[in-house]
Amino acid sequence: MSLKLLNIRKSFGTILANDDISVEIGQGEIHGLLGENGAGKSTLVNIISGSLTSDSGTISLDGKYLDMSSPSDAIEAGIGILHQEPLVFLPFSIVDNFLAGLPKSRDFDRKLLQDDVRKISQEYGFDLDPNALASNLTVGERQQLEIARLLWMGARVLILDEPTTAISETQRENLFTTIKLLAANGMSVIFVSHKLDEIQSICDRVTVLRKGSLIDTPTLPCPTSELVNLMFGEYTQDIPQNQSVIGENLLVLDGICVKDANSVIEEVHCKFSEGEIIGLAGLEGAGQRILLRGIAGLTKCYRGRIFFKEKEITNQSYKWYMENGFHYLPADREGEGLIQGLTITEHFALAGNQSQTIDWNKAAQLAEDKLREYSIRGTVTSKPEDLSGGNQQRLLLALMPDNLSVLSMEHPTRGLDIESAEWIWKELLERSKNGTTIIFSSSDIDELINFSDRILVCFSGTIIGNLLSKETTPYEIGSLIGGIHS
Amino acid sequence: MKGFTGPIYSYLAAVLVSMVLVSLLLALFRIPIFETYTLLITGSLGSMTKLGDTLMVSVPLIIASASLVITFKAGLWNIGVEGQIIAGAVAASFIARELQMPTQILLPAMIGAGFLGGAFWGLLVGLLKIRGGVNEIFGGLGLDFVATGLVVYLVIGPWSRKGIASTSGTEPFHENAWFPTVEGFRLSPLAVSVSLLVVLMVIFVFNRTQFGLKLRSIGLNPNSSYRFGIPTSRYILTALVLGGAVAGLAGVTQVASIHHRLVPSISGGYGFLGILVVLLAGYRPFLVIPIAFFFSMIAIGSIQWQLRLGLHSSLGGVFQGTLVLSVVLISAMRLLRQRREKHVKTEE
Repeated sequence: MSLKLLNIRKSFGTILANDDISVEIGQGEIHGLLGENGAGKSTLVNIISGSLTSDSGTISLDGKYLDMSSPSDAIEAGIGILHQEPLVFLPFSIVDNFLAGLPKSRDFDRKLLQDDVRKISQEYGFDLDPNALASNLTVGERQQLEIARLLWMGARVLILDEPTTAISETQRENLFTTIKLLAANGMSVIFVSHKLDEIQSICDRVTVLRKGSLIDTPTLPCPTSELVNLMFGEYTQDIPQNQSVIGENLLVLDGICVKDANSVIEEVHCKFSEGEIIGLAGLEGAGQRILLRGIAGLTKCYRGRIFFKEKEITNQSYKWYMENGFHYLPADREGEGLIQGLTITEHFALAGNQSQTIDWNKAAQLAEDKLREYSIRGTVTSKPEDLSGGNQQRLLLALMPDNLSVLSMEHPTRGLDIESAEWIWKELLERSKNGTTIIFSSSDIDELINFSDRILVCFSGTIIGNLLSKETTPYEIGSLIGGIHS
Repeated sequence: MKGFTGPIYSYLAAVLVSMVLVSLLLALFRIPIFETYTLLITGSLGSMTKLGDTLMVSVPLIIASASLVITFKAGLWNIGVEGQIIAGAVAASFIARELQMPTQILLPAMIGAGFLGGAFWGLLVGLLKIRGGVNEIFGGLGLDFVATGLVVYLVIGPWSRKGIASTSGTEPFHENAWFPTVEGFRLSPLAVSVSLLVVLMVIFVFNRTQFGLKLRSIGLNPNSSYRFGIPTSRYILTALVLGGAVAGLAGVTQVASIHHRLVPSISGGYGFLGILVVLLAGYRPFLVIPIAFFFSMIAIGSIQWQLRLGLHSSLGGVFQGTLVLSVVLISAMRLLRQRREKHVKTEE
């Protein structure tokens, strides 16, 4: 028995998320799926589990072609997925969670079902009381609930989508034991992760994706360096690097710790000079975003101190930061950057912040000039939702004050076409020449190496690398991103 | 949260749809349809007195709606508007009862007190929201009940008429505390001027000032607004205080121009009705005036339904409700069509 993917292809607009992917996964095999953010893992997993339909290509299980248009089709066919955050109904009991989503065709008997839950729990060493409420379970136990449910529904292929992100070390050990047991019982397991050590320790083989293409499917174990190379590619081009004129120490982070509901960064010690460009590397959620917000004064640090021009500014308000030339640009340009429903003129009136009454003619004139200067395709009455991603990013840059000290920016060119990306960097480099310190996050290693003077690597909430981009290699950065010190 | 923003012809379509629906209802009970609608027009516009009454009723509704425009544009569902109207009415009544002054001083004092009373009630909603994390819907609704309780207590307690503790209201105010009327009408030009001034002020705030633009941007996207450096909490508080103050003015017109005393149902339900008006107006303040006037026509005209056709006057409410539902329906259909067109475009 095996799951066979043949020539799977899927594109979103102009982006090819899965380019001609073919993999075969045998019975009882634990098959890793490895790649950076944006490599195409999620798309592939969503296609296998019925959430997305591929543009072309086929999926077959035991030689039978599957035609799936929804997750329930997939589970009917025997393919189940455990999501990163287990999708359970929290107010329901475990038994009710089993019943929710049960196909109409299937009869059930509560009593028998309770017995089934106990039987599966016993077999896999789960601690599941059929009548317990799901809301009282830990994330690890919720995963067990989902696995048990999928088994009960008849899954023969189990996809685990980054299952270790939200659970503790012991829970992880338990999960791995379960996975091995499942495989021993004949389950085909697809294990999605970007943690190299996990892939190494549990998978039989691993498929490595990069920018939508399948790079290779090596058998494990193999040298970790090989995996890093497959994941990030070997660096061949010799692109001239940015050479900033580095001035005096402008900003000093003295052991700052910042957190919000979703992420944390701790103990950051760093000095930034005037006009310096610093890239933040790391996997999504490793702490780059919260660090950038902390630097811009949007989120307060709960420990540590920040010095700006040798004065402590740790407890200054966000307003103070803005008035002193700090600026933050988020990755979510529509959700956090621009205001949907306001016209471009209104955006400029808002950012201009002059007198209490607005001179609309002046605001429109300013908007008109900026549109031309930043070559934004749109009119003064356009709204952000009418603009393309590249034009939204240009607009965000156009809205920035002229003299900035520190620009803190997430993913400057994510999702942009090449022309816009080049244009954005031309503008940013110009700003840096005029003395603005730019700190940006990116998941594109080429972008990090080409444009930064220094690269800080974040790994699960700490900075584990501080590299001069002139002296580093993509391999070194890639290893650190994966949490491996060379 | 978005109000209705369609072009004018879709309003007319909605009026037509709701008339068809109400006609069906009338036909079901064998009530003469044509006469019913004619009565609505003649009953509300048929004579100068009737027109005056319609205008009189539209005054508090226009003011309450203008108040709601302020908070709705800032993204706040200010259900507390009823309580704020009541608070304004109570504050104005207090002045009317306690101060023995010539009318030129008393009336401005009542207006000022109503403004502050409503503002205070709005401040409570705002503080509950930004300090206590209580959603303005729940805080406002709770304070509505508190305000209603307060009025009933005053009317049957400390402010009751001598010898009788009745829920029919307090002793009428001294005539110095009445808004002056035109000879032979119940309509007060002062009340009409207040309502028009309030609408003009709201239009000015949202069209011309940084403050209004910032309120709008908070209503559209608080996260981005915060990034732009707008102190969102402070603006939310200000919007609720200002909205409350304006709603308080509606309370003033209720006591000083219509009832001339405090009655338990002093808000007249104009706060809740105002929510419908503002949704229909798509938060556009200048549209508040014609829509509120139309609603008042239904309210006044439907009195004739009771007198002449023996219909219960609540049928007027049915008509208003059907109208809102029709508008929402047409608006939703329009949005669906737009989305589908957009979808087709991106597919290409």
